[in-house]
Amino acid sequence: MQKSLNIDPGKCTGCLQCEMACSYEHTGTFNPSRSYIKVFTFHHEGRFAPYTCTQCDEAWCMRACPVDAISVDMATGAKVVSDDKCVGCKVCTIACPFGTINYSQATGKVVKCDLCGGDPQCAAACPTDAITYVDADWTGYDRMLASAAKSLPSAEATAG
Amino acid sequence: MQHLIIGAGPAGVVAAEALRKADPDAGIAIIGDEPEPPYSRMAIPYYLINNIDESGTYLRDPKQHFADLNIEVVQQKVDKIDTSGKTVTLGDGSSRGYDKLLLATGSHPISPPIPGLDLPQVHSCWTLEDARNIIKLAQSGSNVVLIGAGFIGCIILEALVKRGVNLTVVETGNRMVPRMLNDKAGGLLETWCKNKGIDVHTSCSVDAISDAGNGQVDVSLSDGSKLDAALVITATGVKANTDLVADSDINVDQGILVNRRMQTSNPDVYAAGDVAQGVDFSTGNFEVQAIQPTATDHGRIAALNMAGQGDEHHGTLNMNVLDTVGLISCSFGLWMGVDGGDSAELYNADEFQYINLQFDDDQLVGASSVGKTQHVGVLRGLIESRIHLGEWKQRLMRDPTAIMEAYVACTQELSYS
Repeated sequence: MQKSLNIDPGKCTGCLQCEMACSYEHTGTFNPSRSYIKVFTFHHEGRFAPYTCTQCDEAWCMRACPVDAISVDMATGAKVVSDDKCVGCKVCTIACPFGTINYSQATGKVVKCDLCGGDPQCAAACPTDAITYVDADWTGYDRMLASAAKSLPSAEATAG
Repeated sequence: MQHLIIGAGPAGVVAAEALRKADPDAGIAIIGDEPEPPYSRMAIPYYLINNIDESGTYLRDPKQHFADLNIEVVQQKVDKIDTSGKTVTLGDGSSRGYDKLLLATGSHPISPPIPGLDLPQVHSCWTLEDARNIIKLAQSGSNVVLIGAGFIGCIILEALVKRGVNLTVVETGNRMVPRMLNDKAGGLLETWCKNKGIDVHTSCSVDAISDAGNGQVDVSLSDGSKLDAALVITATGVKANTDLVADSDINVDQGILVNRRMQTSNPDVYAAGDVAQGVDFSTGNFEVQAIQPTATDHGRIAALNMAGQGDEHHGTLNMNVLDTVGLISCSFGLWMGVDGGDSAELYNADEFQYINLQFDDDQLVGASSVGKTQHVGVLRGLIESRIHLGEWKQRLMRDPTAIMEAYVACTQELSYS
């Protein structure tokens, strides 16, 4: 059974442990600005919303890449960037309608969530279970994915 | 079922892959006339600076990928298409039949009407062959003149600077990338480039290029400047490769006209990528979008319809992203705005930061930014999903940088419990 990140914004306290864990896992530094998961703050509502790649089926980033630098990790289903192949052209960063693959000026490559190879550190670090790593058919995940893809007509019109 | 694809660029390759997924038993062949395996022109700037070797420009692993998918790749020029007999004639005299044909023939650089463009020091930057010629002449310390500061010009501009040349850029428009950025944003790029030592001439054209002897050329500009150069690069736009269908039943305007299924006026012939003039998401008009994301989207839509599994497409969104010597800019959709619409803008010239949002009622319809790399893709999401922003429109009017917050708030339930 493939697993997926499930995010429940209602449980997020905005502690940013996920951002710290993610940046440490991927860059070796505790630097939230280099985290692949981002917690958005809604002051008016008093809410926080962690947000990262849903590893969507459309894989807009993967399809737009001109040099075949993004591939599917067969074990986790994550769309993974190969640093060896990525030339830093950034086409994927405008192709992804969710804004979850981004250019890193520090590395000259694009970066995105890779599910840490099957042991996502954001979920491990989250003290309130706002981020969990669960079976992909769990309904909460479906709702998140459906919300993310809500009314994106490209996804419907070209679903093969 | 025999699917024939003319053109081995991103549109053709993505179409072949989507066809294979949709129809495991079909015959699929890609015909391309360049000597290299299918490669990406987008990667050429990185080849120019030795970031990658030639194989790094390849769209897929040429040894394995196409064989694994049972996709035939044929290196031949196509001489003729007979749409009534449903055959194409190749350069070696052989012919091939098809059930469905995809024209993904791309585009070619256009030459401005300047005397001296036939000199050996003058090149366009379009193919790997062009890139090899540029590498020979663009040596560190040599003088190089780049004609055109559009999207392609600006993308190779960075590579030229990194090769250590003394660069002069000549652009007929009043700013850099005039078809992608407005005056303020284009002005930021110009200042940035000048700060990096690039000699930028806007509202200026090249009058003539002439042989100066000793391997150099003289370049005369309309503002009276005289330059000597070891290399002149033309990047003044591209035009769809429609010659193959010139005298056929296939309708052509700026490109090959296609409907929402990427189908031409001949129902068994489809077109995709730079050569296709398809529906623009924002305007509903038929437009050529010579950009990588559109090429791959077109390729996929065409393939699904060729396999009888597709649907009408809502049109492709025009968008671009550009790295100009480290200053990153992008634009989406109707970045110039619409009549009666509102706009929000943040401009910080000292920090080279800019963002501009264009609304129609409470929907985002266009955007552009400079100096922003995080979450720019969500601008596509906001535009293409036609989300009604509601109260978030006013929040974005006050703070146009809050695009991710707007998207998350409008698409995610902030609490599931």
